[in-house]
Amino acid sequence: MTNSIEDMKEAKAFLIIGSNTTEQHPIIGLNIRKAVREGARLIVVDPRSTDLARRADIHLSIDPGGNIALLNGLAHIILKEGWEDKEFIASRTEGFDEWRAVVEKYTPERVSEITGVPVERLYEAARLYATTKPAALVYAMGVTQHTSGHQGVQACANLQMLTGNMGIRGGGVNPLRGQNNVQGACDMGCLPDFFPGYQRVADDKAREKFAQAWGARFGDKPGLTIVEMLNAAEQGRLKALYVTGENPVMSDPDSQHVVHCLESLDFLVVQDIFLSETARLADVVLPAASFAEKAGTFTNTERRVQLIRPAIDPPGEARPDWEIVADLARRTLKALGHTPDGPYAGWDYTSPAQIMDEAAALTPIYGGIRHSRLENGGIQWPCPSPDHPGTPILHVGKFSRGLGKFNPVEYIPPAETPDDAYPLILTTGRRLEHYHTGTMTRRVAGLNKLAPEERVEINTEDAARLGIADGDWVVVESRRGRVKVRAAVGQRCKPGVVFMTFHFAEALGNVLTHTALDPVSKIPELKVAAVRVLRA
Amino acid sequence: MTITLTIDGKTVSVKEGATVLDAAKEAGVYIPTLCADEDLLPFGACRLCLVEVQGDRRPMLPSCTTPATDGMVVRTSSPIIDKTRRNVVELLLSDHPEDCLTCPQNNRCELQRVAAYVGVRTNRFRGEKHAYPIDDSNPFYRRDLDRCILCGKCVRTCDEIQQLGAINFAYRGFRTKIATVLDRPVATSTCESCGQCVDKCPVGALYPEAWLRYGLPAAETKTICAYCGVGCGLILQTRGNTVVGVRGDPDNPVNHGRTCVKGRFGYEFINHPDRLKKPLIKKDGAFVEATWDEALDLVAQRLASVVREHGPDAVALLTSAKCTNEENYLLQKYARGVLGTHNVDHCARL
Ligand code: SF4
Ligand code: SF4
Repeated sequence: MTNSIEDMKEAKAFLIIGSNTTEQHPIIGLNIRKAVREGARLIVVDPRSTDLARRADIHLSIDPGGNIALLNGLAHIILKEGWEDKEFIASRTEGFDEWRAVVEKYTPERVSEITGVPVERLYEAARLYATTKPAALVYAMGVTQHTSGHQGVQACANLQMLTGNMGIRGGGVNPLRGQNNVQGACDMGCLPDFFPGYQRVADDKAREKFAQAWGARFGDKPGLTIVEMLNAAEQGRLKALYVTGENPVMSDPDSQHVVHCLESLDFLVVQDIFLSETARLADVVLPAASFAEKAGTFTNTERRVQLIRPAIDPPGEARPDWEIVADLARRTLKALGHTPDGPYAGWDYTSPAQIMDEAAALTPIYGGIRHSRLENGGIQWPCPSPDHPGTPILHVGKFSRGLGKFNPVEYIPPAETPDDAYPLILTTGRRLEHYHTGTMTRRVAGLNKLAPEERVEINTEDAARLGIADGDWVVVESRRGRVKVRAAVGQRCKPGVVFMTFHFAEALGNVLTHTALDPVSKIPELKVAAVRVLRA
Repeated sequence: MTITLTIDGKTVSVKEGATVLDAAKEAGVYIPTLCADEDLLPFGACRLCLVEVQGDRRPMLPSCTTPATDGMVVRTSSPIIDKTRRNVVELLLSDHPEDCLTCPQNNRCELQRVAAYVGVRTNRFRGEKHAYPIDDSNPFYRRDLDRCILCGKCVRTCDEIQQLGAINFAYRGFRTKIATVLDRPVATSTCESCGQCVDKCPVGALYPEAWLRYGLPAAETKTICAYCGVGCGLILQTRGNTVVGVRGDPDNPVNHGRTCVKGRFGYEFINHPDRLKKPLIKKDGAFVEATWDEALDLVAQRLASVVREHGPDAVALLTSAKCTNEENYLLQKYARGVLGTHNVDHCARL
């Protein structure tokens, strides 16, 4: 997020796109509900009638895959009516004219055609959004999990620059990160193209710095992303995979394919707190400690680094992941016959605080992070030095790259569109009571009682045509697989769209989803797959 | 602007807009209340927080709704205040079960504290008592309205904090109760099971189901929620090696004590019997328990031999958005620094 959770209180308007905030990020959802009750205006872009959509001034019920067209379309109207922030554009941005040339092609009529949103509604939304300031734009996986996801993100930033909503309290581009420490895992360089702190693998200086620090040797080409790893395994190029605390069998698209890929490996190690669907396929399983049994830090969606503390001991012989990997590293170096030499080449850690000191020394945005500074409420990065208070809002007065750049982005249809054989669009997400692949929440009896099983949400109109009643067993089929599941018939999804989650192994949305990737971000298009629904 | 006043002889300064009750808290003076809460708007229902303000015509004023003013002189106790408070508490007790020792709220109960403070010694108003069935429709909390004192905290919490209004006051007079729409079991209402109201209930009318199984926690540990990216501060309550409860951390700048259903109630997985307790090695298609030495040596040797035979890029690591920053740092250091590959990723995209 460019801004802070607390700072959202200052927003006079919100544009929520591709985020079911109340269920996925409940406490931020509460803040938005409260702001709306106290007078903030709310525009929600979602194919489903979510809690916030029902509370919205304007709900743009969009066909999945149409985000870029819609955002360009709103910009088109704002420009045509002269509602843009001319001063902000002139003093803080570049590339405006090139971008404008692209946006001009997105007439309300054309956008309405692509998105299924009526022209009048587009006008209302554009007027409301451009004339209420500050306005915060909030998005989540509904923007990124498309083959054109990275352009979707740029389209969000373009709209915020056009309306002068960057670098101010109550504004900003605010992606909500899904998992508790997905932000931190990215910050710490668990990405194939970045070292910690977003220092590029392709950058000579960065490579030199880490090679020297760790006494290590590595190539200059970025590594493989998760979906690429799986394909490489299938093709025999990847021989061994070490998985910690992830469950790709359930979380990744086309799960039958994932199983096949993992089975093609020579060696699979899984480190987890439970014997997950993925761990069952492993050659070696290592028992890890849960968050309640270890110390360390998590970084939340507003870049706040916070301390976690052990409340109990791990069960049996389970150990914290940091201990396991340090131990493994020492043994691997021995097996390889390496004795690396460098100021941070060692693996003899006695505490997570000591590991953070090392990470901070090599990661400028975490440069001032020390466990001892995090006792009261944590610190938001960038925090370059031990006396720096942290940074609640990014891009104040100046973008980190200097001028904010308008990136012209074009609408690209989803990789798979409905046709006669598969006439409905499946979109996926999560529910309030469960979490991701369910390894944790499905082991909480009360959560299972509140949400015992998967239901495919289908609109009343589609259900009537297919002869399906609420609670009926149906079969959902895509080109990748089929799932038997009960139907939830109602108005939550718009006609032509059905919805499932990936919480339930026995009725898994990801058996059906498409593996097509965004070519830049490598995010799979989990939000659009063509399916058909039949009575079971 | 700051306001300076005197409470029971103590001088205290507060911000403009503070109530007399706020000022008393600031001064460290206890005023009994049952319906006031820092996170909620003043309500003035329980009639316990009465004080005397010098020069005011009225003999007693509720401190929770009376604004503090400059130069005010306040007394929190007088014969008439003490007597009124005692009457209020006795009236509450006239329709309250007398089974404190077996009540789930025992030793955490505000009514107990208030009754002890005002010194109730008899119960003169024995009268009709309610006998509502316990609502156990929600798996995480119970509603035992026989213990309800109608302070309205749960109603206001659901409305003001949760922004939902799943529950409200219903009926009149002796029949007044807190109910969902149509007075149906709470699990059939719009309730989102956040447990915020349960946390606020001063008596045993709303309590976590886990309290039926566990007594008071022995220890509390501040930490951060392991579910979503909001990063709420949680306080884990433990007895020995078992997590027996969770409450929101009131001092955390992200959530200010609030949580969702997963953060507050989704902790059972931690002590679940399915937890992995020993390393496992697959032999002939079945897992066999192993020692750490066996397992880690095997992993180290296998990965090293893949690196030697096929090059570093034949190995890959999937790290975890559930692991800490320190662990993720080490995992990618292991991939790059030890194995020599940039094949490291996690589920950021999913
Ligand atoms: S648990 Fe939460 S949503 Fe349910 S009634 Fe209480 S405050 Fe309202
Ligand atoms: S309590 Fe709920 S909203 Fe807060 S971090 Fe946990 S899952 Fe997210």
